[in-house]
Amino acid sequence: MKSDDKKSKSVAKERLQFVLVQDRVKLTPDEMDAMRDELIEVLSKYIDVDSQKIEMDVRREDDMTALVANFPLKGSK
Amino acid sequence: MAGKTIVITSGKGGVGKTTSSANIGTALAMQGNKVCLIDADIGLRNLDVVMGLENRIVYDIVDVVENNCRLEQAMIRDKRYDGLYLLPAAQTRDKTSVTPFQMKELIEKLKEDMDYIVVDSPAGIEQGFKNAIAGADRAIIVTTPEISAVRDADRIIGLLEAEGLRDPEVIINRIRADMVERGDMMGIEDMIEILAIDLIGIVPEDEGIVVSTNRGEPIALNDNAKAGQAYRNIARRIMGEDLPMMKLEKDSFISRFKKLVGLS
Ligand SMILES: Nc1ncnc2c1ncn2[C@@H]1O[C@H](COP(=O)(O)OP(=O)(O)OP(=O)(O)O)[C@@H](O)[C@H]1O
Ligand SMILES: [Mg+2]
Repeated sequence: MKSDDKKSKSVAKERLQFVLVQDRVKLTPDEMDAMRDELIEVLSKYIDVDSQKIEMDVRREDDMTALVANFPLKGSK
Repeated sequence: MAGKTIVITSGKGGVGKTTSSANIGTALAMQGNKVCLIDADIGLRNLDVVMGLENRIVYDIVDVVENNCRLEQAMIRDKRYDGLYLLPAAQTRDKTSVTPFQMKELIEKLKEDMDYIVVDSPAGIEQGFKNAIAGADRAIIVTTPEISAVRDADRIIGLLEAEGLRDPEVIINRIRADMVERGDMMGIEDMIEILAIDLIGIVPEDEGIVVSTNRGEPIALNDNAKAGQAYRNIARRIMGEDLPMMKLEKDSFISRFKKLVGLS
């Protein structure tokens, strides 16, 4: 599916999740990028992460807010 | 009597706080409760016109805190329900005319003989918002299914929690089933998952709301309106009833037909 064929509700959901990560951790987009790059750097010393597929989300749970990051490994499915 | 105070708030403006306050207050009164609506949007008073009570205002909330009149003198009795009152905002003053402390005191007094106090908050996160939440026991956040509104709702959740108002609930307003189905509007589950708070009701987009606002008759009074039903359900949930969420359906020919022959 081409990206402009994607339903606008999925686009909205993704964009919303992205701005909320920034809002909730109170980081600017630049700081977010820097954090992401540093995380990749550290993890890459030990494992083969697929930097194209990283997902980060900040979730509010019962008593805390958590940064949840997903670092898929290269070549894995 | 020890009434409960519910603040109706949002981050973004124009999402339906005043409409929701008027209808929730009315629907609570329809259930036999004694209810006082407070318009905390000082300088931009609107709840009076949505309730159809604008021509009865003599005193307002600023008169009460400045001791120009007694609280009971400023409370306007609704035309339809004996147990329903409105404490109007001042129109020619600004938000700093009332302090959070004064608001709290006023609400404490009202609690003595009301079952519910419903506070209509102004948009934004400044003094007006702080006043509106000052005496609240419970918060309901209104949002529409748009990124900007949900984002601002999230911000408000954080601020409410910081002020000690835990577990706010959300109303998702102006949902259009046809657009959700088509993939052009975020669905209820998506928004609830992202906001991670409880849903107290969904209100469909309904032209009837415009008509009822024109007439100054909250749509909760209209038995046949979907949005009216939605607000009556919200009032019952506030009272502690466990009602299932309203099914969103396009009022298409097919769905009407199915209803007719008892298929749905
Ligand atoms: N479910 C709905 N269907 C159709 N129209 C709606 C619905 N909810 C609200 N509206 C309309 O949207 C407009 C804004 O609503 P309302 O004044 O309640 O918002 P508000 O959050 O109180 O705004 P403000 O931030 O300016 O105080 C009104 O014209 C109202 O009639
Ligand atoms: Mg309003």
